[in-house]
Parts: sequence; structure tokens; C-alpha cells
Amino acid sequence: MSRQGRLAIFERYAQRWGPFWNLFYRFGPPRWSLLLLQNGWGRNLVIGVPYLWLTLFFLIPFVIVLKISFSEIRIAMPPYAPLWEWVGDTAISIKLNFANYRYLFSDSLYVSSYLYSMQVAAISTFFCLLLGYPMAYGIARASPAARNLCLMLIILPFWTSFLLRVYAWIGLLKNNGVINNVLMALGIVDQPITMMQTDFAVYIGIVYSYLPFMILPLYTNLEKHDPTLLEAAADLGAKPAKAFFRVTLPLSMPGIFAGCLLVFIPAVGEYVIPSLLGRTDQLMIGRVLSDEFFANRDWPVAGAVAILMLLMLVVPIMLFQHFQGRELRKPS
Amino acid sequence: MRLLPSVDFANLLSGNPSMNANLRRLCATAALALLLGACGSKEAPKPAAQSPAAAPVSTVPTDPEKVLNVYNWSDYIEESVVPAFEKEYGIKVNYDVFDSNEVLETKLLAGKTGYDVVVPSAAFLERQIQAGVFQKLDKSKLSNLKNLDPGITERIARHDPGNEHSVNYLWGTSGVGYNVDKIKAAMPDAPVDSFRMFYDPAVVSKFKDCGVTILDAPSEVLGTVLLYLGKDPNAQNPEDLAAAEKVLMAIRPYVRYVNSSKYIEDLANGEVCLSLGWVGDVFQARDRAKDASKGVSIAYNIPKEGAITFFDMLAVPADATHPLNAHLFIDFLLRPQIAAKNSDKVHYANSNAASWDRISPAVRNDPAVFPPAEVMAKLQPDLAKSPEFTRLLTRTWTRFKTGK
Repeated sequence: MSRQGRLAIFERYAQRWGPFWNLFYRFGPPRWSLLLLQNGWGRNLVIGVPYLWLTLFFLIPFVIVLKISFSEIRIAMPPYAPLWEWVGDTAISIKLNFANYRYLFSDSLYVSSYLYSMQVAAISTFFCLLLGYPMAYGIARASPAARNLCLMLIILPFWTSFLLRVYAWIGLLKNNGVINNVLMALGIVDQPITMMQTDFAVYIGIVYSYLPFMILPLYTNLEKHDPTLLEAAADLGAKPAKAFFRVTLPLSMPGIFAGCLLVFIPAVGEYVIPSLLGRTDQLMIGRVLSDEFFANRDWPVAGAVAILMLLMLVVPIMLFQHFQGRELRKPS
Repeated sequence: MRLLPSVDFANLLSGNPSMNANLRRLCATAALALLLGACGSKEAPKPAAQSPAAAPVSTVPTDPEKVLNVYNWSDYIEESVVPAFEKEYGIKVNYDVFDSNEVLETKLLAGKTGYDVVVPSAAFLERQIQAGVFQKLDKSKLSNLKNLDPGITERIARHDPGNEHSVNYLWGTSGVGYNVDKIKAAMPDAPVDSFRMFYDPAVVSKFKDCGVTILDAPSEVLGTVLLYLGKDPNAQNPEDLAAAEKVLMAIRPYVRYVNSSKYIEDLANGEVCLSLGWVGDVFQARDRAKDASKGVSIAYNIPKEGAITFFDMLAVPADATHPLNAHLFIDFLLRPQIAAKNSDKVHYANSNAASWDRISPAVRNDPAVFPPAEVMAKLQPDLAKSPEFTRLLTRTWTRFKTGK
């Protein structure tokens, strides 16, 4: 089978499984296996690799966390009771403890942290999209040489440690930091503007850190658009703005969904950025989770927090996927 | 640059100190090479670091693998101590550091840390003993145990019954760390020898603008509030906790931040003027301020209401792979001259009575480091709390930190 043919298979799977897996297929293990299996070991093996990957690094850890979330805390190594015990030689007694989940709803801390995390993630995703779309569009329309350079520039910050980049923002944003000093030297403000430990700082941190995850899937989508469609729209009398909203934007929806998911999902559980830049009077769920794990030593409740967070993310993803699938089945 | 940075590189690369010895040596050598390249004119490292098994001087029985993996608090040892141990016994020490009991405990509870000697605080150690994390020490291998002060050893027995699992490394108190001039300016008759500095809103409100900080150590800080209220810090009574929470919430508006390490720098450069801090850290701030010579003078007082003590304990995990070397290291740290060096360096008291004469008078005679008997009588331990009480306590703490 030709290289083009194999890529076409990936495209088909990407379409069938939705945008989230699109990137996975393009840059993840399937692509590696493609490179490895130049002479074709058959597609079953190719498809098997991602399944193996997901089982090893997603399903098994998930089941372990789920198990811990149903157990009881105790002073031991590890600090939770086993879920099942042998009773005599022949019977197993299984004890599921739902108290951990009930506890999460009995204290306003958890609900408010979940909601706040969703809010921060949603707003950050919106600004990522607002910034990332024009950038991706510009790159997709650029000449091939400029395109490679731009993509390189997008990926370049990843070569520096994420932590260092967030620390750099502290230097910029703090009261006697670069931004305030410049503003005060120019006489624009008299008092330093407090930017650290605010929502604003968290949005800046997340948008800055996650922007590439928005741009890359948008770019892969926009780059494939057929320019003759826009010419046809122009021939039929559509102004550029109208052509954009009637042709380009609808066609780029899969890219938008993929980008938004790639930003939104990790942003909800973000721990480092809000810890370093964020408010002290409102915790994000990632911080609550680490407090449960480290300060309370309550692995079961920490597990329950993690499972609920996952559920809250999986439901919107499934809705998106569903919507996406319907879009793709429409006759084009 | 202290303490063989190559060791840290090796640990970073492996994430596990007990990895294959050859590989580790390779990494360490590579890291050393890098380091030498980077440092240029720096003097060459001691040969002991590169070929640990080369020339053991001592004939004491050690583990067949001449390696010891130590996990201690950051900035908590005199620089020459580990090289001296390596030289004497020909044992290569991988010295790794942490900065919070929680991080150490999470590793220990997950098991198989690969560490041979760890240094948890006694309140944490107490619970870890119950969880079966540690092995009993073989006291026949610790000839220097006799150096320890019986009074302090007895206090520690409340955490570690019979002192079977641990030996005290250093200990200290949390109390009032303050900028002498700024406090005087803000309130000439400030009660600097009392917890009223933090917990009386009428007092602490005067320092709001010059900056007040509190340690991020829930159990210990709530203990100090209970001492201020005249209650038993270890009673685990939810009503006491509620009363303490009221005090904390009332002063929250005047507290700039809750953090256990940032205040050292901020006290030193005058960014904050009042910290509920650990004695050694406050003195570190004092020394840094002195070095900077910007006229900042820092002092530390143990409050007259009493204080919470912490004991940092040397212990050997049950699954340690070099227990003999671990005992050798612990006994080495118990030598009077070594214990004195460490206390001199980090400004924390030790319980090594035989070393006290060798400590420099400035540290030895400082009542904040080595409290006199009448103050000792008022010091309370921070005993381990039950899981249920810990949950209440953490929740209170979160409310305090978030201010709602």
C-alpha cells in the first residue's frame, strides 16, 4: 500500500472518531508506527498500537484511581484500605465506599472550585481561540517557506521549561515587575497595577501556555481548505467577510473543536499556573486535588475528586463528538 | 555548588536513587564533566566522589554496596559533613533534598523510595511509624546514642514510643520573627514576646502595611493559636478548633500571605516586618540582612504563652537497601563535633548534650535557639492528629488561607 493510501486510512479513522483523535493520529503513536512499518505489517497491528497505548496509559491508571476512590482512608502503606478481601478460601468480600463522593457535595469548597475551574478554562479557551484563529489562518495562507518558519516559531517556546516560562510571567506582572516599572517610568500610572494573584494573571498564563494547542489543529484544518471555494463565493457576489462566515468558518469547525478541547481539558485541571499566578481566595480544582493528596493524605477523596473531574470533562467531549459526527455525515 | 551537585543530576535522571550503580556512576561522571565544563576554574572535585570504593579507611561492617541514599531538608546540613563521612567510610552518599513533610510522606507511603535515611518531623514520623514505614533502629550500632539529652529524648518519646524508630537530628520552635525598627515605628510598645503580635486584631492591624506573614503549616499554626487561647494544642477538640478558626479569620485581613519559605527573603530585605516563622529560618533572614547591610535588623522571640516544637528525626525506611550504611551515617551525625557543626551552621538546636560545649557561644547562649529551662517547660509538641481531625483542620486552614 502506498504512503498516500496509509495516510488516507488515518484520515478516515480521524473522521470517524472525531477531532480529538485527529491530532493523535497525525502526531501520536499511529504515525510513529507508520514510520516503523514501512513495509506493511497489516493494518490490524497499526490500529492495535493506539489501543495498547490507551490501555496502558489511560485505562489502567483510570481503573486504579477509580478503585482508590471507593476505598477507605487508613494509616498504612499505601494509606487506604483494600477494596476486596478474601473471606476464608473461597469468597471475596468487596466493600465499596461511596462516602468520598458524598463528601464532595457536602462541602461548598469542592463545588465552587469545580465551577471556578470551568469558568477559568472556558474564558481562557475563548481568548485562545480569539488569538489563535487569525494566527492559524495567517499561517495557512502564507507561502510554504514562511509557513514552516511560523510553525517553528509557534513550537519554539516548548523548548524552554514550562515552569520557567510561567516564572517569567511573575517577573513581568509583579508590582515592581517589568510592566509596572515601564508604566510608572512613562508616567502612565502613579501606583503599580496589581496583576499578580488575580484572575487576569491566570488567564494570561493559560492563554500564553496553551496557545500552540489551539493554533496547530486549526492550522491543520485551515491548510486543507480549497481556495477555489472562496473564489466561487466571490464570483457569486459574496463579500470577503461574508465568504469567511459562510464558507471558511463552517469548514473549520472541526479544527475549532479540536483546538478548544485541547485547551479546555488541561486548563480545567491546571495546577501550576493558578498556584504561581492565581488568587489565594479561590482555589482551582487541581489545587484542591493536591491538597487532598498531600495535606490531608486522603487518597480516596483525592481519587473521587479526580474521577468527578474526569466525568465532568468526558460528558462535554462526548457531546462534541456526537455533534461532530453528525456534521461529518452531512452530504457535502 | 555544595554537596556534590553531580549526585542530584544522577537522581534527576533516574527519578529513583536505587538505580543500577554503574548507570548512576556514569550519570554522575557525565554530570561532573558538565559541571566542570561550566565552572571552568573551579577546583577539581574530591576523588572520593568519583571512585567511592577506592580507599575505605574504616573496617566497620558496611553493606556490600558502598552507597547511601539520604533524603534531608534543603539547607539543613553543614557542607563538609557528607564529604567527611564519604571519606571516612568509603561510602558514596547520594544526598537529595525536600522542602515539605507532605512531599516526603507521600513518597514514603507509596513505598520503595530507595532512600536509606530520611528526616521527617516528629508529628509526621509518628503517623508514618503507625503505617509501618520505618524499621526499628539497631541501637547496638549507634554507639553515640549516649550523647543525647535524656530530657529531649523523653519529649520525643511522645511521638516515637520508646525512641525505637528514630533519632533526633535537629529541633526548634516557631515564634515571633520581626524587623526591630519597623515594629518599633508602627507600635512603640508592641508585645514582641507574645502571640498577641499575630492573634490580637488590635495589635496585628498596626502591622498590616509593613507586612505580616504566617507559616503554611496547618497543625503547627493552629497549635500556636490554641496556646494563645490558653488551650491544649493536642486535645483534638473540634470546639477548640472552631474558636481558633474565629481568631484566624479575624486577623486574615492583616496577613499578607501564608507561606513557609518566602518570608526568609522578605524579612531580610524589609518587604515584610512580622513573620510567624521557624527559628533557624528567621536567623537565616537576620544573617542575610546583615550581609546586605541595608540596616535591617531581625530578631526572634519565643512567645511567653509557650511555643510549638518540631523535632526533625533521622529514620530508616523498612525497605531501605543499605541499612548498615544508614546506621553508620546516623551514628556519624551523632558525633559531638559533627552535631555542633550542623547547629552552628543552620541555627537549630540539637539534642546532643555532648556537643553543646563545642557550639559557638553566639548560638549556644541564644535563648531562642537553646531555650532556658523555664521556657522549655512551656514548649508543647505537635502530636499527630487523627484522620478525622486532620480533615477538619485542613478545611479550617483552607478557609483561613482563602479568607472565606
